[in-house]
Amino acid sequence: MKSIKIENLTKYYGNTQALNDVSLDIETGKIYGLLGRNGAGKTTLINLVTDKIFPTSGKVLIDGEDVSGNDKVLGRIYYMMEKNLFPDYMKVKESFKWTHEFYPGFDMEYAHVLSKKFGLSIDKKIKSLSTGYCTIFKAVTALASNAPLMIFDEPVLGLDANHRDLFYKELLANYTKEAKTMILSTHLIEEVADVLEEAIIIKDGRIILKKSVEDLLEGAYTVSGEITKVDEYVSSRKYTGAEIMGKFKSVTVLEEVKKRDMASINELGLDTGKVELQKLFIALTNV
Amino acid sequence: MKLDLNGEKAIYLQIASSIEDDILKNIFEEEQQVMSTTEISVNFKINPATAAKGINLLVNEGILYKKRGVGMFVAQGAKNKILIKRKEEFYHTYIISLIEEANKLGISKEEIMNMIERSKVK
Repeated sequence: MKSIKIENLTKYYGNTQALNDVSLDIETGKIYGLLGRNGAGKTTLINLVTDKIFPTSGKVLIDGEDVSGNDKVLGRIYYMMEKNLFPDYMKVKESFKWTHEFYPGFDMEYAHVLSKKFGLSIDKKIKSLSTGYCTIFKAVTALASNAPLMIFDEPVLGLDANHRDLFYKELLANYTKEAKTMILSTHLIEEVADVLEEAIIIKDGRIILKKSVEDLLEGAYTVSGEITKVDEYVSSRKYTGAEIMGKFKSVTVLEEVKKRDMASINELGLDTGKVELQKLFIALTNV
Repeated sequence: MKLDLNGEKAIYLQIASSIEDDILKNIFEEEQQVMSTTEISVNFKINPATAAKGINLLVNEGILYKKRGVGMFVAQGAKNKILIKRKEEFYHTYIISLIEEANKLGISKEEIMNMIERSKVK
């Protein structure tokens, strides 16, 4: 897979606009985070990329081909949905066989190895799986699909700390083994921040930002200290996310870290630090 | 190798300095193989591009070198290079911040000298 292009996608559900003229160029071979608040349009966007729903207007092109009704292209995308689409009576191992039918690259041996690592019993019926194990089942299937584009919607829903840790490790091992593109849509920003190469932030049906995580974090910093001193420092600067506790104030300054005025910061007796992706996200997506 | 993912310093810089520390402590010796980008990425759950950036920093400084198809190795003379670099940084990272903190606390030059005496510098 060489290119993923989203061109002027708009989607209405009745009178409600879920996506508003979204255009995106997704370079392949990276791990992306698709980040947005509830109802921002993340799932709508993914459903359109994977041809689960029809756009009101616009299109999605993969290697120049429209995904709409295109089984050849869709067979190269694996979408780990929040919903489980397999019939309840089906056993885990049977579902692996089904997936293999649709994804010829599906690696059965790897699926079994992963199941064992996560403690997922493949003889169980899908409906008997707990929330956590249902997520594990879907994640294992996605990783074993070997699709060149893997999209994960809330991939760690209901997983305990050990399983989340294992999931991220297996995801990275899979990614480094063979060049592919991964898109993770999640609310757990702090947890995935270091795993991502780029962040795509969606708000009210529009893409408000697409940037490498590193550039994002180098484009802001925090300043905190006595309230009047902080105000003095930020008076001529753009900032966001002010938090006040008594006489203490902390803000996120929207200025490159290398432009930070250390002399003033020291003179005013302020503390400064690295911004966290999650805090930046909250500041950027708050109304 | 130790990383502080919530720390102040960028992760790729931490990777580079942590490998340097391990070379100084003889955990990695010259001409010995160090961890791969993949190992670092999976172990610490960080993007491989970040890990590669840290490794490349050391490659550019001639501290590590790549053996095609095998992996990353500690270069001949790496330890000495790191020592020279670290000594240059010593003044900025330790002395300057020591003086700043001392000024904040009102510690005099004499008191600092006494403390250094007391701390048994070799």
